[in-house]
Amino acid sequence: MRPVYAVSGGVSKFARARPELDFRGMVKEAYDYALTDLHLTPQRAREIVDGTICSYFSDHFTRQLKAGSMVQDYLGLCPKPGKRIEGGGATGGLAVQSGWEAVASGRFDICVVYGFETMSRVNTWKGNEFIALASDTNFDYPVGGFYSGYYAMMVVRHMKEFGTTVEQMALVSVKNHRNALHNPYAQKRRQITIEDVRRAEMVAWPLTMLDICVMSDGAAALILCSEDGLNTLHKATGHTPLPAKITGVGGGLDAMRMADRPHGEVILLPHEKPEDYRGLNYPGVHSFRAGRTAAKAAYQMAGITNPLEELDFIELHDAYTSSEIQTYEDMGLCRYGEGGKFVESGTPFMPAVDYGYHFPEQGRIPINPSGGLIACGHPVGATGIMQGVFALWQLQGSIHTHFGSDVLQVKNARRGAIHSHAGTGTYVVISILEKGE
Amino acid sequence: MSESRVPEEEEGTVLFKVPLPKDLGALRELAPLIIKHHYEIDYIHSYAQDSPFFAGLANKRLLGTRCGNCNYTYATPRAHCMECGGPCDWVDLPQEGQIHTFTVCYYGSEAFLKETPFILALIEFPGVDTLFLTRVVGLDPQASSLDWIGMAVKAKFRRLSTFRPTDVYFVPIGT
Ligand SMILES: [Zn+2]
Repeated sequence: MRPVYAVSGGVSKFARARPELDFRGMVKEAYDYALTDLHLTPQRAREIVDGTICSYFSDHFTRQLKAGSMVQDYLGLCPKPGKRIEGGGATGGLAVQSGWEAVASGRFDICVVYGFETMSRVNTWKGNEFIALASDTNFDYPVGGFYSGYYAMMVVRHMKEFGTTVEQMALVSVKNHRNALHNPYAQKRRQITIEDVRRAEMVAWPLTMLDICVMSDGAAALILCSEDGLNTLHKATGHTPLPAKITGVGGGLDAMRMADRPHGEVILLPHEKPEDYRGLNYPGVHSFRAGRTAAKAAYQMAGITNPLEELDFIELHDAYTSSEIQTYEDMGLCRYGEGGKFVESGTPFMPAVDYGYHFPEQGRIPINPSGGLIACGHPVGATGIMQGVFALWQLQGSIHTHFGSDVLQVKNARRGAIHSHAGTGTYVVISILEKGE
Repeated sequence: MSESRVPEEEEGTVLFKVPLPKDLGALRELAPLIIKHHYEIDYIHSYAQDSPFFAGLANKRLLGTRCGNCNYTYATPRAHCMECGGPCDWVDLPQEGQIHTFTVCYYGSEAFLKETPFILALIEFPGVDTLFLTRVVGLDPQASSLDWIGMAVKAKFRRLSTFRPTDVYFVPIGT
């Protein structure tokens, strides 16, 4: 396999609705931003891009099949090869890994990964119905198909099993909304309190409106290269790109129905011991076996043996405050069951931002410095690619350039992870990115 | 709960004609035109190998499956075993179990909005390896608490079957 680098990215603002641009226009905006950052013109890009990966989740939202072909011609990239990737909420993260595969295999030297979702085209509750169709339509959807309900059941079991509290979950919302105040790409930018989260309207007990990400329109694009691709870019632009190397990729799947999650033993990471989990029925509905499997593979490939010590930041899939807590555990940042205490300690907050609370260990490993899905929004096919773009900017040290302020720049960021998650934990992918030499 | 705003409606203005400027360059400034597009369809859906489950509900029987090879028992049936790939046989599930976890849905997909608030739960059965998603009826949704976990519940069936998984629901034992 050849080394693969991320060199540039762009995000087309995530918003409740973007009626002025369709999916092609939004991707074009993100793509053009990525090209400009490379000092590359669309005409020159047309000559040197080898192929594309297109990411969008739902044909129901799009009501346009084969929308990827339409993006490709709009970007002026026909007749180059490309394909569409779909994997529920993890679609964007899967697309980034497909781009990695295309470059690592030697097929492409320069690959554009682009994604979008246009969720404003139906009302919120119809949108929830479309998303719930990504649960078993014989046994799950007709009983009350509603993803917030599924996640609520998972965290209720987490609370019972481990003593996790709604206030700990609310802290995730406080953190991500507050971080987003400094991210101009985010949809919801506000300073809130634990009480605000708990007083917000109840959606599925115990999750309130502020525990849950919103639906969005938006797009993102990320350009991946081989070493030859870096040279080609240099020749084409006269500029040396500032790359981040993708040093680990991992993925995992679990049974579609959460009712089918078996009870077995915890899949251990290198820094864990079987004694840590004596008597724990795993994964049950409180944990994500696919997330743990993805983490294990990605860490192994990147040579990570203790993620808390060896990662500088993570952009992870916080569709729910509860799933951010569950994901801390899957990714081995703390032991299973300790995710609530992990957020309470302040560990996943930015070190120098005032959240209105005092934390004993604030900022040891910033999680979702961008504001995550909860504050940035979640136009599904764009989300995982957006994480890749933000991770690249962190590793380049270029957050100031792109966000207009340094507040969210993780100091001396050398290695970060992006995590994308679908269904009730049915597809999970994790990629590790490192600062280029 | 008192609302401090008028509820939004989906009905907008029907537009028949829109003026165009003489200078076509000004069209870059044209606000997007947004139309409503109706879409409705009936699917012909076969329950296929899952069919016996729904036939069971119509006969007040709760059927799961058991792997003939490794004995793994599924509360939500599947015709082939997820653990070993072997074929499964249909078996009666116990009609009494416990709440493994639950939630109260105050919102939902559009299709279920009118039924809110409703209680969704995963039920565990003795001797069965997986869970069953269902609605629980007979508890006060406003009184939700972690103490509901472990509560003994029993299956009840609709008299007139609709051939959907909601033909069965669970109630606390003693009600
Ligand atoms: Zn078996």
